[in-house]
Amino acid sequence: MDVMPKWAEVVLVPLISLLLAAIISALVILAIGEDPVAATKLMVEGAVGSVRGWGYTLYYATNFIFTGLAVAVAFHARLFNIGGEGQAMLGGLGVALALLFIPWPHWTIGLIAAALGAAVFGAAWAFIPAYLQARRGSHIVITTIMFNFIASALLIYLLNEFLKPVGQADPSSARFADHLDLPTLNSVLTGMGIKASKDDSVNVTFLIALASAVAVWVLMWRTRLGYEIRAFGHSESAAKYAGINPVRITVITMLISGGLAGLMGVNTVMGESEKLLLNSTEGAGFIGIAVALMGRSHPVGVVIAAILFGFLYQGGAELALWTSIPRELIVVIQALVILFTGALDNMVRMPLERMFLAARLRRAPGPERKPAEPAK
Amino acid sequence: MDYTTLIQLLDSTVRFATPLLLACLAGLFSERAGIFDIGLEGKMLAAAFFTAAVASLTGSAWIGLMGGIAASLVLAGIHGVASITFRGNQLISGVAINALAAGMTVLIAQDWFRQGGRTPPLAGNARFEGITLPGAEALADVPVIGPLYADLISGHSVLVYIAFLAVPLTWWVLFRTRFGLRLRAVGENPAAVDTAGVSVVGLRYAAVMICGVLCGIAGAYLSTALQAGFVKDMSAGRGFIALAALIFAKWRPWYALWATLLFGLFGALETRPDVIQAVIGLKVPGPLLGGLPYVMTVVILAGFVGKAIPPRAGGEPYVKER
Repeated sequence: MDVMPKWAEVVLVPLISLLLAAIISALVILAIGEDPVAATKLMVEGAVGSVRGWGYTLYYATNFIFTGLAVAVAFHARLFNIGGEGQAMLGGLGVALALLFIPWPHWTIGLIAAALGAAVFGAAWAFIPAYLQARRGSHIVITTIMFNFIASALLIYLLNEFLKPVGQADPSSARFADHLDLPTLNSVLTGMGIKASKDDSVNVTFLIALASAVAVWVLMWRTRLGYEIRAFGHSESAAKYAGINPVRITVITMLISGGLAGLMGVNTVMGESEKLLLNSTEGAGFIGIAVALMGRSHPVGVVIAAILFGFLYQGGAELALWTSIPRELIVVIQALVILFTGALDNMVRMPLERMFLAARLRRAPGPERKPAEPAK
Repeated sequence: MDYTTLIQLLDSTVRFATPLLLACLAGLFSERAGIFDIGLEGKMLAAAFFTAAVASLTGSAWIGLMGGIAASLVLAGIHGVASITFRGNQLISGVAINALAAGMTVLIAQDWFRQGGRTPPLAGNARFEGITLPGAEALADVPVIGPLYADLISGHSVLVYIAFLAVPLTWWVLFRTRFGLRLRAVGENPAAVDTAGVSVVGLRYAAVMICGVLCGIAGAYLSTALQAGFVKDMSAGRGFIALAALIFAKWRPWYALWATLLFGLFGALETRPDVIQAVIGLKVPGPLLGGLPYVMTVVILAGFVGKAIPPRAGGEPYVKER
């Protein structure tokens, strides 16, 4: 029986966890001798106070929607995909390979090719850990961590040995063709006659991210496969008795998860840098964990949490620019969110559950309790 | 490859292996007690910073070490509260601890020293310098044994010797004491330990704290012996390599020594591509060598080369039956 009403489960618990994370973050800012209120103001101004700010906030949010959805889908099957970072790196590689070697006539076709490349490469990188977990019982958390490092080594190797143009010093690929630039919010606004900044930031990939969120919702709650994934996550043995094949579900779930993480590469590699860089993921794979936890693994929650983290990221960059607070403050906030909404979930939940239970007993006293009978 | 190069290579193998070994033994205690710990990395990083920071403020590496261990213990305490007391997800807690350490170290470093997230360079007593073992100079000229003793065995910082002594000590504690027996039991079957009237919670906290101390020494080694000062993200994935070594070692102390020495050798070879080329006549790119420990761990995990069976109750919070 659920102890708490649904609204408390969905809204109250995450809000309290978030509040705790915010209070501690404020204390951290105080401790390093800065003013949390002024810092917050600066962040709000920098992240959502201008078209440019919004552009970057949504650009980062796009990354986090993809990685957040990736972690969330895996969570539903009770799989912890910690390898979003590596899968996103490979996704970026897929984008670069798709765009460097085939002369696509127009960005729309290029975008489809890039998205396919990203998803396929990301999914492929998730396949081996998934297969090993399903068939050989290797712990997926450890294998996906290892695959993050292998991806990074592979990327360094490929960039230095093959993709780097001759005579170039820094390890990055050649630039993609100019006509493959994705339309950005700024270019759309300029087209409508509104003056905006020239920065490339949020681009058409944001819409793909939103569409992916919808697709994940449909998959999870409106299809047979989604039902099987959730059933498997609730109880593996029950799922087995119901004729659900655990190997199949594990592999398919991880393929979807890896594909989603890989899609992030479209945003960073095709949309922003327009070439493959060494560190284009910038830890977004790990932020996906915070986003999925905060969003309670629901696509709507993931999108909201991703935009919040996009805000934190862009706001944090502004803070680092104008104050002596380093960008790493965001990493601290991210850690606190993971800690309170993930690991210390029970700390918030237990007292709340007790409270609701007490309130319910007071409202509707059950069958009267008899005093314990004296022992004979 | 001549003898001098070999000694040099083995010498840097020892240097690379030391932090891995300490962190690996740290993980061994924790995981043998049934607490997964992917936060080794974060604890090492925090310890590396606080050791360097305290050492640079007090001028003493030993006081610095205390500071580093204290910082690591704080994070270990958070992990304990989250995963033992509140029965949270141990893996998620580990991820949080890694991020917390990555962020806080730079934040505090910037606040205290204002040098772009690093500590001032350490020198003199603020570092653990290499110590010359007795007779090293006298023996140095003896062929074969001389360089082996003077250059490979002697001349490391005290933390290296602590790390190597920690191996037999860990073996003895885990396999020859009552505490060790109970600790291993709590990782296999906590209910049985509970029935015997021993506190599961107490044992697990003890294991997590030992893990914290060892990670603290590992981190201290990074910033005061291997390098002279803290720089951002200086643990550079070593906590995860240690985790890989732990699986490679199948959660056993002596195997942990060999596994970390092997991974240390890879690290040493990565810095000497000329040696590899001379020995096998093939140019192996550095990044691929750097990725090798991870690939090997996956192969081991896949069960192709012997099966790695983790402690049975690992990762599961213990709930007493009512």
